[in-house]
Amino acid sequence: MNFSLLVLGAPYSDQSVSTALRFAEAVTATGNSIYRIFFFHDGVNNGNALITPPQDENNIPAQWQQLAQHHGIDLVICIASALKRGVLDNVEADRYEQSGDNLADGFNISGLGQLIDASVYSDRLVTFGP
Amino acid sequence: MNNIRKSILIVCRKSPYGTSLAREAIDIALAAAAFDQPLSLLFAGDGVYQLKKEQNSEAIASKNHGKVLTALPLYGIDTLYVEDSALRLRGLATEDLLLPVQTLDGDSIKDLMASHQILINV
Repeated sequence: MNFSLLVLGAPYSDQSVSTALRFAEAVTATGNSIYRIFFFHDGVNNGNALITPPQDENNIPAQWQQLAQHHGIDLVICIASALKRGVLDNVEADRYEQSGDNLADGFNISGLGQLIDASVYSDRLVTFGP
Repeated sequence: MNNIRKSILIVCRKSPYGTSLAREAIDIALAAAAFDQPLSLLFAGDGVYQLKKEQNSEAIASKNHGKVLTALPLYGIDTLYVEDSALRLRGLATEDLLLPVQTLDGDSIKDLMASHQILINV
């Protein structure tokens, strides 16, 4: 079965993020596939490259990157949610004349149309959020 | 996506203020409508407060969520369901709501979910 995930929770604040990661690992470990993971609301913070966790805690952005790399998963951050939370790629940073960009590698910024596209092209969309 | 259409049910569970999730669920609905997907909304739990008449959010410097909802029919989103027990538990009736809705009991909600291909639960 082909899944997509909608992630609403902020890393380190919301248990739903690690639940989503474990769910994604279970999907790929059982011969199923993931079409896209769409990060929305506070979930866009999962793509912040500047996240610096203490050594005894998981690096959540890195966990998403590894998952995506191993299984060819599209990681999409909602642009409307991301801009107002200060998660910007180099294009948006230039456009809004910000001092730097901080979108983690492996993540892409796009619009809500990508969530609707994921709904249409996946067998199941599973929401993880507060 | 141009040719494929799937029936989408968006379950709105959050109260209108306090977090931005209520507004963001409506943003998803507007995007789905823009891509011409058949769409229904179900207001469940605290989500029923979103539909309450006479919202005034000026004092908390927030956009009026009720006004956002009253624009939904303009975007072709007019299939609205409400969890009946959630309304009654909160002392509300359909007369207290901004838009015409269909109320559903638990079994009917189960059937409603089963009859849609995609659930988005915010």
